Amino acid sequence: MAKPGIRLPGFLREFGIPRLLIAVFLVVLFAVAVATHMDLRGLISDSIVRVGRNGILVLALLPAIQGGIGLNFGLPLGIICGLVGAVISLNAGVHGIAGVGMAAGIGVALAIPVGAGYGWLLNRTRGQEMMVGTYLGFAIVSMMSVFWLLAPFKNPTLVWAIGGRGLRTTLSLGGIYDKVLDRWLTFTVSGVRIPGGTLFVFGALCFLVWLFFRTRMGITIAAARSSTRFARAAGISDERTRVQATVLSTVLAAIGIVVFSQSYGFVQLYTAPLLMAFPAIACILIGGASVTRATIGHVLVGTFLFQSILTVALPVTSQVIQGDISETARLIIQNGMILYALTRIGRT
Amino acid sequence: MTPSAASSAPPALELRSIVKEYEGNRVLKGVSLSVREGEIHALVGENGAGKSTLMNILFGMPVIWETGGYEGEILLGGAPARFHSPAEAMNAGIGMVHQEFMLLPGFRVAENIKLNREPTLPNPASRVLGPKLESLDVPRMRADARRALDQVGLGIDEWIAVAGLPVGHMQFIEIAREVDKANLKVLIFDEPTAVLTETDAEKLLAIMRGLAAKGHAILFITHRLDEVLAVADRITVLRDGEVVGTPDPKTTTVVRIAELMVGRPAGVTAPRRFFAPSTEPVLGVEHLSVDMPGERVEDVTLAVRRGEILGIGGLAGHGKLGIANGIMGLYPGSGRVIFDKAVFPLNEPRLALERGLAFVSEDRRGVGLLPEESIELNIALSALEAHGRFLHPFPIQPLRVVDHRAMRAHALEMIRALDIRTTGPSQQVRRLSGGNQQKVCVARAMTLEPRLLFVSEPTRGIDVGAKQRVLEILSALNRDHDVTLVVTSSELAELRAISDRVAIVYRGRIAAVLPPDAPDADFGLAMAGESAKAA
Repeated sequence: MAKPGIRLPGFLREFGIPRLLIAVFLVVLFAVAVATHMDLRGLISDSIVRVGRNGILVLALLPAIQGGIGLNFGLPLGIICGLVGAVISLNAGVHGIAGVGMAAGIGVALAIPVGAGYGWLLNRTRGQEMMVGTYLGFAIVSMMSVFWLLAPFKNPTLVWAIGGRGLRTTLSLGGIYDKVLDRWLTFTVSGVRIPGGTLFVFGALCFLVWLFFRTRMGITIAAARSSTRFARAAGISDERTRVQATVLSTVLAAIGIVVFSQSYGFVQLYTAPLLMAFPAIACILIGGASVTRATIGHVLVGTFLFQSILTVALPVTSQVIQGDISETARLIIQNGMILYALTRIGRT
Repeated sequence: MTPSAASSAPPALELRSIVKEYEGNRVLKGVSLSVREGEIHALVGENGAGKSTLMNILFGMPVIWETGGYEGEILLGGAPARFHSPAEAMNAGIGMVHQEFMLLPGFRVAENIKLNREPTLPNPASRVLGPKLESLDVPRMRADARRALDQVGLGIDEWIAVAGLPVGHMQFIEIAREVDKANLKVLIFDEPTAVLTETDAEKLLAIMRGLAAKGHAILFITHRLDEVLAVADRITVLRDGEVVGTPDPKTTTVVRIAELMVGRPAGVTAPRRFFAPSTEPVLGVEHLSVDMPGERVEDVTLAVRRGEILGIGGLAGHGKLGIANGIMGLYPGSGRVIFDKAVFPLNEPRLALERGLAFVSEDRRGVGLLPEESIELNIALSALEAHGRFLHPFPIQPLRVVDHRAMRAHALEMIRALDIRTTGPSQQVRRLSGGNQQKVCVARAMTLEPRLLFVSEPTRGIDVGAKQRVLEILSALNRDHDVTLVVTSSELAELRAISDRVAIVYRGRIAAVLPPDAPDADFGLAMAGESAKAA
């Protein structure tokens, strides 16, 4: 609630102060870009590419929040499933959209049991999901670093050139499925290139998740989140709904990283997934989600605001002042947002 | 506490033209009242009349200051006071006995009573590092607590944990805590009897009278008007944020006060109805025991006849609430239950709903409602879960999408049928008043189209007008929709008004099943465990 003195019109208050500040900051950045004759179309296009690239990873947080697990700091679990899928498809040498499909398919197949196990663990550590998720993510990422080193992949484009064992830290997708979804259905609006395919996949998954939370199962999950005791009286096992929500979140993370990798052009292994949950969490929080409530709208608004800031801040600031505050701005906004949301727990 | 002595005493607390707005909505429009030492001043009003806001102001609750403060003056012992936090109000001598208990369950009784005011003894660490580190003077704590407990007539050990004690005991511990405060100037009772049984409530009223006689000033907020007449020296009636009357308790009647509260003439009892004879049992319960903390059922054998309204009464803590909770599978139970000639499995809440039972819980906010969700979803949810209603067709059952149009239409029908006062079916349930929330609970149970409906404490904590309405709705449900009802209530008068038979529970067993027009004495005997003639 606004303090007396700062009275905002209703629609702006609804939008929320944090979103307002960031939106204003974004507008200022764009204004500076125009004033310094930068390539505005390029900046907008880059922003949109990054929205498509990161969107599904942000969307992956929604089922966890709706299911009562809170912010899914264990997102790296699903990400690793997707990475295993990507590496297997690369090792088999499958190119193009089929390669992306194979990577995502294997990722989903792995993410279902992994998510179920993770959900089982979260049910045994109720009330500390976010902490458990964070540490589990860290532990699994480290364990998987050993796996990447020892896994029996033989394709010479993937393994270290010297010694011929162990996967490289970064695998280039050039010529395999680099940007296949970005290029598929791509189109241009007044000079701004839009990566249609990636946005289409993101949009379709948003729609499916939206629809899911209007099905019987989705409503059951949300009801169990709202009140455990109510759920039990209605014959709902809230332990089961929490596992279902965790599985869905993990599956989306697996798909999310495959889409991310094809758009980025590289598959990043070893410690890369370690901190990937943090920017995604910042996105959904900037969008207006809380630890207990999130909507597709929060995902879309948040991803756009956060990713645009990151895209635009670097070139604009290096234009105005010597040096790069982009990374600093990212860390301040990202971690500041998470901190802000955590102070809001339990408030309406 | 002779009235003449009370009226000559100086006011311990005086409120002068208190005005409070929430976002442009005036909830208090210049309320004035005073409480003298040795006096019990009753403040009555329907839900939403402004009683809670007035108490929040008096207690310095942060919500008042977050929403722009208040206008008007508070005088405590003749001196102006303005409390910015509950701690300030407490230090100034305002004691509050809350409607919902503010006790630490894991702490002992004496620890709760002396919390933050513990007598202490110096020790080596405290001599160096200051009085915060002094050790507790346990014998004195226990002695103080003992004295306070004796004052409220509670004979329990002061060194046991609060968790697991019966509800009535907790209320008395709260009072003991307030009484123990040395600088107490005004004691506020905020609906203290709402969760008590009739005997506990009577005990509480006697304690209030005793405290007033010792010179304490008491402000008494309640829904129960007969209690007001029994103890109050003065009465202030609040309606829509205004004082609408200060009837003299010596000459006024319950009906007159109720009229002032609701602004229209009101009856307080439902039309009495009698059983159309059918002796066919629809639900047979044999040797049921239910492990519900505080309401344990030991060994209940009971038959519910098709089409009747069976009342279940008894004192709090004797297990009357455990019966419905046990059959519905919310607490672990054992025994043999036959429903519709088939053996009915216990501990399976889902099956209970699927077989055609439904339950309106006594715990409205916890079990009964999803407060954050809309009215329409709250009404539809159980039927959606148990019977798959309000869903579009789709081959995979769990992935069927909700039919919002059907859900909305059904909600509108229920809102009209039950007269739910709301801005619309998408309003959040937590924004409704207690009575309207209860109607939503009943609507959800009706949506399940049950053959047998359990209703527990249907009128607890809701105001006079809504009480009447809820009882009428239940009667109509039974009469017009052929639903067998099992109503559990602490208010015996209510049970006798709507039931065909009333079962009285004592120590987890059925003490007697009586016709509603049986003499008062029979009910009294049954509640005290003296077996009376069965009906």
